[in-house]
Amino acid sequence: MDPAFLAVQALSGLSSASSLFITACGLTIVFGVTRIVNFAHGSLYMIGAYTAATLVPRLLELSFGPVTFWAGILASAIIVGLIGVIIEVLLLRRIYGAPELFQLLATFGVVLVVQDLVVQVFGPQDILGPRAPGLRAPVEILGRRFPSYELVLIAAGPIVLGLVWLLLRKTRFGVLVRAATQDRDMVASLGVNQALLFTGTLFLGAFLAGLGGALQIPRVSANTGMDLSIIAEAFVVTVVGGMGSVPGAFLAALVIGQLQAFGILIFPKSTLVVVFLLMAVVLAIRPYGFFGRAEIIGGTHAVGIASRRPLAGRSFILITLMAILAAFPLVADAYLLKVATEILIFALFAFSLQLLIGVGGIVSFGHAAFFGLGAYGAALAVKWYGVSMEAALPLGLALAALGAALVGAFVVRLSGIYLAMMTLAAAQILYAVAFQWVEVTGGDNGIVGVWPSPWASGPIPYYLLTAVLTVITVLLLKRIIDAPFGYSLRAARDSEARAEAIGLKIRQHRWFAFTIAGAAAGLAGGIYAFSRGSVDPSLLGISTSVDALTMLLLGGIQTVMGPLVGAAALHGLRDWIMPLTPLWRLLLGLSIIAMVLIFPRGLVGTVRDWWGART
Amino acid sequence: MATISTIRWLALGAALALGAPAAQAQQAPIKIGELNSYAQWAAFTVPYRNGWQMALDEINAKGGVLGRRIEIISRDDGATTGSATRVADELVSREGVSLLFGSFLSNVGVAMADYANQKKIVYIAAEPLTDAVTMAQGNRYTFRIRPNNFMQVGMLVDQAKASGAKRWAIVAPNYEYGQSAAAVFKRLIQERVPGAQIVAEQYPALGKIEAGATASAIEQAKPDGIFNVLFGPDLTQFVREGNTRGLFEGATVLSLLTGEPEWLLPLKDEVPEGWTVTGYPWDEIKDPKHKAFIDAYRAKYNDTPRLGSLLGYMVMTMIRDAIERAGSTETEAVIKALEDAKFDTVIGPVTMRGIDNQATMGAWVGKLVLKGAAGGMTDWAYKDGASFMPTEAEVKAVRKD
Repeated sequence: MDPAFLAVQALSGLSSASSLFITACGLTIVFGVTRIVNFAHGSLYMIGAYTAATLVPRLLELSFGPVTFWAGILASAIIVGLIGVIIEVLLLRRIYGAPELFQLLATFGVVLVVQDLVVQVFGPQDILGPRAPGLRAPVEILGRRFPSYELVLIAAGPIVLGLVWLLLRKTRFGVLVRAATQDRDMVASLGVNQALLFTGTLFLGAFLAGLGGALQIPRVSANTGMDLSIIAEAFVVTVVGGMGSVPGAFLAALVIGQLQAFGILIFPKSTLVVVFLLMAVVLAIRPYGFFGRAEIIGGTHAVGIASRRPLAGRSFILITLMAILAAFPLVADAYLLKVATEILIFALFAFSLQLLIGVGGIVSFGHAAFFGLGAYGAALAVKWYGVSMEAALPLGLALAALGAALVGAFVVRLSGIYLAMMTLAAAQILYAVAFQWVEVTGGDNGIVGVWPSPWASGPIPYYLLTAVLTVITVLLLKRIIDAPFGYSLRAARDSEARAEAIGLKIRQHRWFAFTIAGAAAGLAGGIYAFSRGSVDPSLLGISTSVDALTMLLLGGIQTVMGPLVGAAALHGLRDWIMPLTPLWRLLLGLSIIAMVLIFPRGLVGTVRDWWGART
Repeated sequence: MATISTIRWLALGAALALGAPAAQAQQAPIKIGELNSYAQWAAFTVPYRNGWQMALDEINAKGGVLGRRIEIISRDDGATTGSATRVADELVSREGVSLLFGSFLSNVGVAMADYANQKKIVYIAAEPLTDAVTMAQGNRYTFRIRPNNFMQVGMLVDQAKASGAKRWAIVAPNYEYGQSAAAVFKRLIQERVPGAQIVAEQYPALGKIEAGATASAIEQAKPDGIFNVLFGPDLTQFVREGNTRGLFEGATVLSLLTGEPEWLLPLKDEVPEGWTVTGYPWDEIKDPKHKAFIDAYRAKYNDTPRLGSLLGYMVMTMIRDAIERAGSTETEAVIKALEDAKFDTVIGPVTMRGIDNQATMGAWVGKLVLKGAAGGMTDWAYKDGASFMPTEAEVKAVRKD
């Protein structure tokens, strides 16, 4: 192949690597100190781009020459830094001690809030920023034209790396940041003002995110999809580099930039999958990334269901509940039945996650992978083999179980945040496959025409079918939770070392749990596909995983019934609010944050505590 | 205080009592469901909503249709297939709408067509352009107003003949719309331009283009013609990278939809001049009826119209006409009133062809030019859709109904 072309392609790769590094560097520093995986980092990046694209043209009109462009970029980054401070003071400060799951969800709540706010503040249109003055013309490289601004970007990465290095090595703030990355508690014991240190770190992190976003404006228009697309890549960079390691992030960004630039030549249609595949491969070989180290405080925070005396008369309650479910079609109209069907499906989905998180302490952030696999498995069986619903549902379940067994084999070797990221990577790989393997999955189009068999079509029969399958599966899972197997999982969750010492095969148990949970989620996905008549990649997306987590959290993670109540509450609320307001993301985000801050025990947990206090 | 509040309540009661007979005299409004990607694709859909809202206001000011007001229940379709059919289901089974219209992305359009067929409800695909909506996935419940990919690409390929370009590169978003447009282009360019060949194809994921790498990969194939299907943020980035790298110099570029203000305005002064495009040169429209619409729109919204504005307005008036002719909102009657019906629209007569439920609305084909600080179209002509439609034999060969 033409060497000039290869050179230009490599340079393109370097410039995306540089941009990616600047953003990811902020994420990794924030993680190092606060131990929070900040989902909202991508939102800060997006705010940076929007601010710069709005601010810089105004500044350029003042005609002070090219310097105003760079001043505008810097000013935007500082503004974003201040927004980061606000987020730290209002939210993050309150959840440093909370379990990882709560932290992830709270920052995801911020993502949702920012998505709506950005549209309110900057308007719905994409904003194309101005080009950098003096850098409009291309330069010739081996006879090919290359944008000169990209050369500036290539230089910007190492410059930022150098400055951050100086800051961390040569200033007192840097020393404290490094010390906190090593041992947060020790720093606190030595009398360092932690509040100030953390606020400063968040400013630095947000500043870098804003800078990364602002520097993009001459290349891309500021748009509302920027946050999730960058955060996914930034996660990969920080995880591959090793959480908390700045040089690691730099190296990982370089690798990913080149992979993308040349990947487009070899697989023009599968650009999304290579990045996450890299992450999965690196984590499989090096569980803590290039330069990461084992989590000291990490591991599990032992949140999960606890032992309780079985409720008196629970078989009576169970029978009443089943009778209510069975009688529901007598009073409900078609639409209400549809909503009830969906609630049952989500309840099953959330319940399967409870087995992983509540019982096993395996914080999965990609449970949508198996929900989606089940849905796609069923839909593909219908599309390619023309099988009926009765055969398609077990096939979907089998595919999900298979996928979970495969992913689980890698996941159980990890712990803490790396585990969450590995599950996220698995879900994202599947998402990318569903999205880009158009010949098989239909890509963005999804698969349509997945309707139930005649006997089950119509709202009432399908509702009853869903109810029967959900109740059976939930009871089965409940049995598994109460069996010795469930107790072994809980032992491993509460103390890995002790569980191992008494001879439990922790990895094997966790692997079984992962497979069972995946299969149950797959069944939910299959039922869901037939209830909608179609599947699309969003079933595998981050927001589906977050849905399940939110239901779990809303209902209460310490109780068995929590996810079921949570599913009803969240889906019911969403169905009620969404048609009323265009700002439902804002509302959902705020309620997630409120839940984390105010009701960390969830609905069922809170009610039970209240009940317990009374008696 | 108590007195004041009592008086208020009495006043309210009186108002209700007086108002009630008037409200009873008028029949319940006709409910129509509308769904579109207002959050994700605001550039097109918000002007589109303005368009149908304007038509709706005019219709209801004149007393509605069949003596009833029209009420539109509008929702965001979430821009994914699953979410759109879910929203449609809510509109149909909870709100009880009599027909559905809207949606933007082609994949969503295909899913909506499938939904309409399953639930036996009329769906008017305003914007989705893939051929599938009226061809392979078409059904008697699904109608489309805008010229589909086959028609618009046909118009562009006619322009390509004169250029003499033979080595073509394709860049298209990798989803239903882009795939469909690319497939039609490949077929038509080889049928109509002897010796033409495709030398490069790039299919970036929608909204996720790596513009620099994509531009240089196309440049590598040294095409003398480029067929572009990108739109929105992808287009903006691609144009910027292509301009910088000189990708478009000396090449004939055919581009779908780029002349529409919704995609042209974000490019500002970096408009790639000389591209042959389909679009909407609203600023040069002289036809009195059309001009009157444009002036009224500008006066009402204090904004220039987009193609979406025109489309929204046309769809609403055509729905009104159809319901009036059907004499009811009953599905079978509306289908009968739509098939092979002639409509008198602001852009002139439009027929809804019965065999594939595709309207004969055409498109404006011209060249991009910089007009002051933003782009526009020059050297344009309105191509009536009727002469570019797929033949009846072609339709019969692929449609399943």
